[in-house]
Amino acid sequence: MDNHSLLFNAFVYLLAAVIAVPVSRRMGFGAVLGYLLAGVVIGPWGLALIREAEHILHFAEFGVVLLLFAIGLELNPRRLWAMRNPIFGLGAAQVTITAILLSGIGIASGLDFSVAVVAAMGLSLSSTAMALQLLAERNLLPTPAGHGGFSILLFQDIAVIPMLAVIPLLGVGAANETGGQFDWLALLQAVGVIVLIIVGGHFALRPVLRLVAATELREVFTAFTLLLVIATSLLMQSVGMSMALGAFLAGVLLAESEYRHALESDIEPFKGLLLGLFFIAVGMSIDFGILLRDPLMIAGLALGLVALKSIILYALGRVYGLPASQLPMFALVLSQGGEFAFVLFGVAQTFAVFHASITDTLIVTVALSMLTTPLLMVLNDRFIAPRLDKRPAPPMDEMEDQGHPVIIAGFGRFGQIVGRLLHANGIDATVLEHDPDHIETLRRFRFKVFYGDACRLDLLRAAGAENARVLVIAIDDREGTLRLAELVRENFPHLQIISRAWDLTHVFELLEQGVCAFERETFEGALRLGEATLKHLGFTAWRAKQAAHRFRAHDEETLREVYQHYHEDLDVRIRISADARERLREIMQSDEDHLSNQADSEWQQVSHTVSDKADT
Amino acid sequence: MAPSLPSIVVYCAHLAIENSVINRAMRDAVIDLENVDFRDLYELYPDFFIDTTTEQAVLRNSDLIVFQHPIYWYAAPAIIKHFQDTVLLRGFAYGPGGNALQGKDFLLAVSTGALAEEYGPGGIHHYPFEELIRPVEQTANFCGMRFMPPLVLHGGHSLPAEVVTAHAKRYRQLLMDYRRPAN
Repeated sequence: MDNHSLLFNAFVYLLAAVIAVPVSRRMGFGAVLGYLLAGVVIGPWGLALIREAEHILHFAEFGVVLLLFAIGLELNPRRLWAMRNPIFGLGAAQVTITAILLSGIGIASGLDFSVAVVAAMGLSLSSTAMALQLLAERNLLPTPAGHGGFSILLFQDIAVIPMLAVIPLLGVGAANETGGQFDWLALLQAVGVIVLIIVGGHFALRPVLRLVAATELREVFTAFTLLLVIATSLLMQSVGMSMALGAFLAGVLLAESEYRHALESDIEPFKGLLLGLFFIAVGMSIDFGILLRDPLMIAGLALGLVALKSIILYALGRVYGLPASQLPMFALVLSQGGEFAFVLFGVAQTFAVFHASITDTLIVTVALSMLTTPLLMVLNDRFIAPRLDKRPAPPMDEMEDQGHPVIIAGFGRFGQIVGRLLHANGIDATVLEHDPDHIETLRRFRFKVFYGDACRLDLLRAAGAENARVLVIAIDDREGTLRLAELVRENFPHLQIISRAWDLTHVFELLEQGVCAFERETFEGALRLGEATLKHLGFTAWRAKQAAHRFRAHDEETLREVYQHYHEDLDVRIRISADARERLREIMQSDEDHLSNQADSEWQQVSHTVSDKADT
Repeated sequence: MAPSLPSIVVYCAHLAIENSVINRAMRDAVIDLENVDFRDLYELYPDFFIDTTTEQAVLRNSDLIVFQHPIYWYAAPAIIKHFQDTVLLRGFAYGPGGNALQGKDFLLAVSTGALAEEYGPGGIHHYPFEELIRPVEQTANFCGMRFMPPLVLHGGHSLPAEVVTAHAKRYRQLLMDYRRPAN
């Protein structure tokens, strides 16, 4: 391959990614599907701009390695240890159950025992790259389902090792080469390498990193980071283990080092691009020839695989106690076949467990199953998840007018503070909350809370809106807040509305609805934090407090001023805000002058002048 | 055409005015007078962040400045002192160019818990009341204001209702009768 074609290939990949990904995201399908489709388009069955999909796939697998390294950096050994139960419980259950069921189906449909077992093992694994990317896109990694999914993926990474070790034993042609029995030497080597990585990583890596960082050449540090990941991967590969697992280990070992963030930001662009390339390669490697020859069978295999894996995952998630609302997402995100299947099937072919035709069929099936996941996730986001969030089940609470002067709508972290302050001062409030889970907790703490959607007129009436004096809107819903304010203004005009607000725009919208008091939810907290910052910079407590007071007063004044022009151009409002910002600096300066004016020395000086005057 | 009414500002300070007898009656007696700007300092500035610019403008526009409050520990409630510290600044109330209050009238309208006879030799408060309020008098003098005879109601802990009512009436009459000093 000459230089020109390398650059041309890079040009095609980058162009495809730059076009397909933003379009896919804009349409709500996420980046992964964009990459996959870009791969289909530029691949041998699309525009045929690029032919050597397999090479690219192999190369781009390094993106998965970098991904695992980055994940390792986020997980220090202590957190990893805390995850041992889901990894070896949930993970082992998923792989074992899926593999056994798939083997059974394979054997039942007439495949050889060894073919069925190897195919089942490969298909039981999911795509780490795909699943983690989809979870990260939706910020779902920190959720229970995200944790569960990650644990399973991690177990799969480990499970690949024995799977790869088993294939030669099942092979026909290569049986004699490896001795046909368990290779104790290989095991010893594997354990040795892992120990080497852990010990070396623990003791040697940090001093070396310090040396490299001391050169203060950013690109050398980046080069070393990549070198480190590649070296670890090669080392692991040399003893027949997963490269990704090695990189993950190296990441975990560095998770507590001071270079964690530098390492993370250094590999970030490589990781992103290579993962993109990986998905493009998966898209390219979908062999439409095989697909077109027997579209029904391949589609059936892919959908059957996805369905079976989803069902098993759903059941496991239930047993494991994941929240019901997250179960469909959890089941779907891991439902595809993954990159390890490509590796495993490749090896199986080498050792003549598989016929080339079986390998091709299975690889197309896996690639196709990967194509379904982003689509299924979109379906879940649009249709399943919203419905689960809005469980219609519990009926609204029966309520009668409590005769309380205050109604609080929303009793989360915001409304609770309001409610507790009122309660401490002997003022009764009728509290409405629409999250049934949350209500259970509140009732356990012996808060009297009614379940129901405060935006419903009948419920407000039942809560005593006719006779109450004040409604506090503290729901965690920007649009809902406005709807509720409007509803109340129209139906209970006597009721004073005091509302939680999000930002300036929301404040204006609320003022249009005639609320009589509002508070931006983050304003006071942020101001206090700013005050604390001033204090830590050496301001006296009093001066910091005065500065915060001044800021608040000025901000409120500006807000009122800008609101006067609410119905005018945005530009007018922007100019007023900008002017106000400038004015604030001057005001702060003059405040400081006042403060120093009050200093003792000044005063004495003045008294002198006055007594001088008195003398004359 | 009748001469325009003099403008009066009352700075009132009481930590719990809704529970007070005298100061609430006094407030209610004058708050509706059209030329009186009744400014409850604890209500306006509960966090002690007094708006200097606004208050200086109010003072400038007033002919008579009244401090109405109970006596706490031989002095005014803290916010009155803080008002002095943050509003009566150099260049406004005193010092070079500080003549904004020159020629205005100042009235102290206060109440005490103890009876009149407790103020003076032999009483539990030992000093005559007018000695204890000398700092206020001198503040007014220092700023070039005329210190009017204070309106004092002693014995707030034990007064019959009609005495309080009469006092509030007298207070109202005093503000209504007030005329701008001739320059």
